[in-house]
Amino acid sequence: MLSGELRRASLLLLALTAGSTIRAGEPQPPASGGAGVLDAPILDRLVRGDSRQETISALVAAGNVQALPVLRALLEGNLYLGETVLIDDGGTLRDALTGAPAAVTVDQVEKVPINNRLRRALEGAIATLSLFSAVPAERLAAARGLQEDPSPDRLPAVERALRQETDPKVKEALRGTAAMLALNSPDREQRLGAIEELRKAHAKRQLVQHLAAEHDPEVLGALRQAIASVDRALHRAALVGLVFSGLSLASILLLAALGLSITFGLMGVINMAHGELLMVGAYATWLVQAAFRGSRFFDWYLAAALPASFLAAALMGALLEVTVVRKLYGRPLETLLATWGASLLIIQAVRVAFGAQNVEVANPSWMSGGVALLPDLVLPWNRITILLFSAGVLVFVWALLSRTRLGLLVNAVTQNRQRAAALGVATPRIDLLAFAVGSGIAGLGGCALSQIGNVGPELGQGFIVDSFMVVVLGGVGQLAGTAIAATTLGVVNKLLEPWAGAVLAKIAVLAFVILFIQRRPQGLFALRARALEE
Amino acid sequence: MIQSRRLAVLAIASALFAGEARAEETIKVGVLHSLSGTMAISETSLKDVALMTIEEINANGGLLGKKIEPVVVDPASNWPLFAEKARQLLTQNKVAAVFGCWTSVSRKSVLPVFEELNGLLFYPVQYEGEELSQNVFYTGAAPNQQAIPAVEYLMSKEGGGATRFFLLGTDYVYPRTTNKILRAFLHSKGIPDSDIAETYTPFGHSDYQTIVAQIKAFGAGGHTAVVSTINGDSNVPFYKELGNQGLKATSIPVVAFSVGEEELRGIDTKPLVGHLAAWNYFMSLKNPQNSAFIKQWLAYVKKNNLPGGSSRVTNDPMEATYVGMHMWAQAVKKAGTTQVDEVRKAMAGQTFAAPSGFTLKMDEKNHHLWKPVFIGEVQANGQFEVVWKTDKPIRAQPWSPFIPGNEKHAQR
Repeated sequence: MLSGELRRASLLLLALTAGSTIRAGEPQPPASGGAGVLDAPILDRLVRGDSRQETISALVAAGNVQALPVLRALLEGNLYLGETVLIDDGGTLRDALTGAPAAVTVDQVEKVPINNRLRRALEGAIATLSLFSAVPAERLAAARGLQEDPSPDRLPAVERALRQETDPKVKEALRGTAAMLALNSPDREQRLGAIEELRKAHAKRQLVQHLAAEHDPEVLGALRQAIASVDRALHRAALVGLVFSGLSLASILLLAALGLSITFGLMGVINMAHGELLMVGAYATWLVQAAFRGSRFFDWYLAAALPASFLAAALMGALLEVTVVRKLYGRPLETLLATWGASLLIIQAVRVAFGAQNVEVANPSWMSGGVALLPDLVLPWNRITILLFSAGVLVFVWALLSRTRLGLLVNAVTQNRQRAAALGVATPRIDLLAFAVGSGIAGLGGCALSQIGNVGPELGQGFIVDSFMVVVLGGVGQLAGTAIAATTLGVVNKLLEPWAGAVLAKIAVLAFVILFIQRRPQGLFALRARALEE
Repeated sequence: MIQSRRLAVLAIASALFAGEARAEETIKVGVLHSLSGTMAISETSLKDVALMTIEEINANGGLLGKKIEPVVVDPASNWPLFAEKARQLLTQNKVAAVFGCWTSVSRKSVLPVFEELNGLLFYPVQYEGEELSQNVFYTGAAPNQQAIPAVEYLMSKEGGGATRFFLLGTDYVYPRTTNKILRAFLHSKGIPDSDIAETYTPFGHSDYQTIVAQIKAFGAGGHTAVVSTINGDSNVPFYKELGNQGLKATSIPVVAFSVGEEELRGIDTKPLVGHLAAWNYFMSLKNPQNSAFIKQWLAYVKKNNLPGGSSRVTNDPMEATYVGMHMWAQAVKKAGTTQVDEVRKAMAGQTFAAPSGFTLKMDEKNHHLWKPVFIGEVQANGQFEVVWKTDKPIRAQPWSPFIPGNEKHAQR
C-alpha cells in the first residue's frame, strides 16, 4: 500500500520534472493575459458559476497545457471542491494547483458537477490542448482524435499546432485534421478538400450541417455527392452490422438448441425442461462468478464457470433421466407432460433457493466494449466471444458424436436398441450418459446466455420454443441441419427487424417456420433413423 | 407454474382465515406488486418499501388504535393475474386499501375490479395519464411532470439542443401513449415526423443490437436524443449494449422514464455516464427528509437481511409508495375510519414532507400529487446527478393537452 503510494508520488514527480524540461526546450504556446498559467481564479471559474463553458474555451484559446490534468479530472469526475480545488489521484486527494496531499477525505468534500454540455466542451478542449502536449504520442492521438468529431471551430488551434510541430508523423496527422476542418474556409479549393476528407471519415453530421452555409454551386454539388457517398457507406456498414447481429442471434439459438439436438434429435425425448437446463447452467455461472468476486482472477472466472455449468446441468439432466425420462421411453406424450412438470418444479426450486428476482452476472472486463470494424460499426466483444464459443461447442458435439466411443454407442443405441443390447451395450447406461451430455451442453449454453441476457428463474421459458424450432427446422437428428437452421432463423429475424420491428419480425419467423414444416415435415435435412420411424 | 402458485396462495389464504378472530384487531392493507417475472426487477423493492412504511406506522402507534397488517400477493408480471389478485385482496382479505402495480397494463387490468368493488388503489409509478378513476390515487408523475419537461430539457441549449428524437419503448399502453403525446408535443415545437423515429420491443426483450445500430444511423442525421420508455429487465441488456457499442451520452444522450437507481444496480455504469433519467425524486438529493428516508431504508434492509444488502438503493416509485402510504394513513386518521368513500374525501388536499425535499400535496380535484421534476445524469457509481429541476412542485395534467379531444377534461 505504502510502496504503491510512494511509487505513484515519485512517478508524478518524474512526470512533472520531465514535463518541465521538455517544455523548456519546445516553443511555448503564446500566452494571452493570465490564461497562460493555471491560477486560483481560473480554477474557481472552472468549478462553479455561470461562465464555466467560457472559461474552458479561454483555456483552449490560450493553449494552456497546464490545465490539462485539471480538465481531465473534471471530465472523469475526479475533481472535488473543498476549501480549495482537489484532484482525486487514485484514492488520495491532492491540491489541483500545488499537488500537495490534502488533509480531507472524499466524504468531506463535494464532487464538482458537470453535465453533458460541459462534458462535450471538455472532451473537445482536452483533445485540442493535447495537440500541444509534450509527448509526441499524445499529440498524435489528439490530432487523430479530433478527426472523429471534426467541428470547424477547432481549426485555429490545429493550424497553430501545425506551425510549431516538429515530429513528421504528428505533422502529417495534423495536416489531415486541418484539411478536414477547413469547411468554413473562404478558399473554395480548401472547402472542397475538406468535404473530401470528411467524406472519407464518414462525418455525415458535419457535411449535413454545412449544407445550409454553402452557396457556391460547384461546392454544393460536391457536398451533395459526398453526403450520398457517406450514406452508401453507412448503409453498407449497417448491412454488415445486421448480418453480424443475425449471426450473433444464430449463435445463441445454436447454443440453446445443441443440447436438444442430442436429447430430442438423437434420443427422441421431448424434453420440455430443456430451457431449465439452460437456466441451471446460467445459475451455476452466477455462483462461480459470485465466488470469484473481489478476487484478482475475476476476469477469468469463465474458465471455472464453463465446467461448473456443464457439470451442474449434466447432473440435473442425469437426475431427470433417472427419475422421469427413463420410465417413459417410447411414450412421447407422457414424456412431454412429465418433463413439463419437472420444468415447473425446477423453476420453483430455483425461486425458493435463489429468489424470484433476476441475479446479476457481471461480465469479465475483457468482454465489455467492442472493436470498431468500420467507422460506424462496433462489434461488441461479448457477442464475438459467444459466436466463437458456439462454433467451438458445435465442433465439440460433432467430435463427441462421430469421433468417440460414446458417440458410436449412442448412435448404435438410438438406431437399433435391441441389436445394440444384444451386442452387449449397456443401453440404460448409454441413455443416461447421452442425456447427461446433452443436458451439460445446454448448461454451456446457459453459461453463454448469462453474459448477454438476464439470469432469472424464467430464463429457460423464453428459449424452449426457439430451441425446438431450430431442431425441428434443421431436421431431427442432424447436427449440420441444426447449425444451418439456427443461422437461417437468426439472420432472417435480424434482417426483418429494422423494417418490421422486433415484435413483427418474431411473428414473421414463426409463420415462416410453420409454413416450412408444413411443406417439408422432415426439416432441412432428412434422416432415416429407425428410432424416429416407429 | 400458475397452478402451483395458486395452490400456494390458497394455502396462505386458508392460513389467514384460520387467524380470522385475531385479524379483527388489525387494518389490512394489500400489496400488489410482481415479485417474479420481467417486472420483478422494478417492483420487488416497492413491496419492500411498502412493508417498511407499514412497520413505521405501526411503530408509531398504528392507525385508529389498530395495527396495520400487510397482505402481500405476487401477480408475477402476469396482467390478468393482477385482476384476480386484486379481487382476492378486496373480497377475501377485505383490505382497506391496495398499494400496487407498476406497468399501466397491470393498472388497466385491475381498474374494473377496483371500480366494481369500490376499492382504493394507490399507484406509485409515472404513467401516461388519460385516466382518472374515483378509486385510484396516482402518486407517480403524469406526462407533464416527467416526459414533457425531459424533452424540453433535451431541446434546450444546456441539454444539447436535440432536433431529432428516437422514441424507443416496450410494446404496451404506457410507451405508446407517452410517445403519442411526445410526438404531438414535438410537432408543436416545429419538429417534423421525418425527425422522429418510433420503435417498440416486446416485454423481456434482450437483444438490442439492431436497435442500437438503428439509433446510431438515425443519429448521423443531426443532434439526436433517445427517449426510452423501456420497462422491466430489458433495460439491463439495452444499457449493456449501449455501453458495448460505444454510444456515448455526449453524442447521443438517452433519457429514460422507467430507469432509476434500482434498475441500474448491477450494471457497470461507467460507459453510461451522462445518460439521463427524469423523475420526481433521486436518491442523491440532499435534504434532511431524504437522509432520514435512506437511513430508514438501509436499516430496514439490514434488519430483514434483504438480498443486495448495503448495495440497495432508493428510487422515485419507492418514494411515491412511501408518500402515498403516509398520506393514506393521514387521511384515515382525519376521516376516523377506513371506509373508502370517507377516506377519499379526506385525501383531498393532504400534504406530506417528502424525501424529494418538498412538501407534496394531493390535489383537491384530480387524485394526483403535485410534484417537483428533476432531470439527472447517470454517474459512474450508478447514482444520478441532478442537472435540471423545477423550483416548486407542479400540478399534474392527467389529460394531456397534446392529445386531441382532451379539451373537455381541461377543467380537471
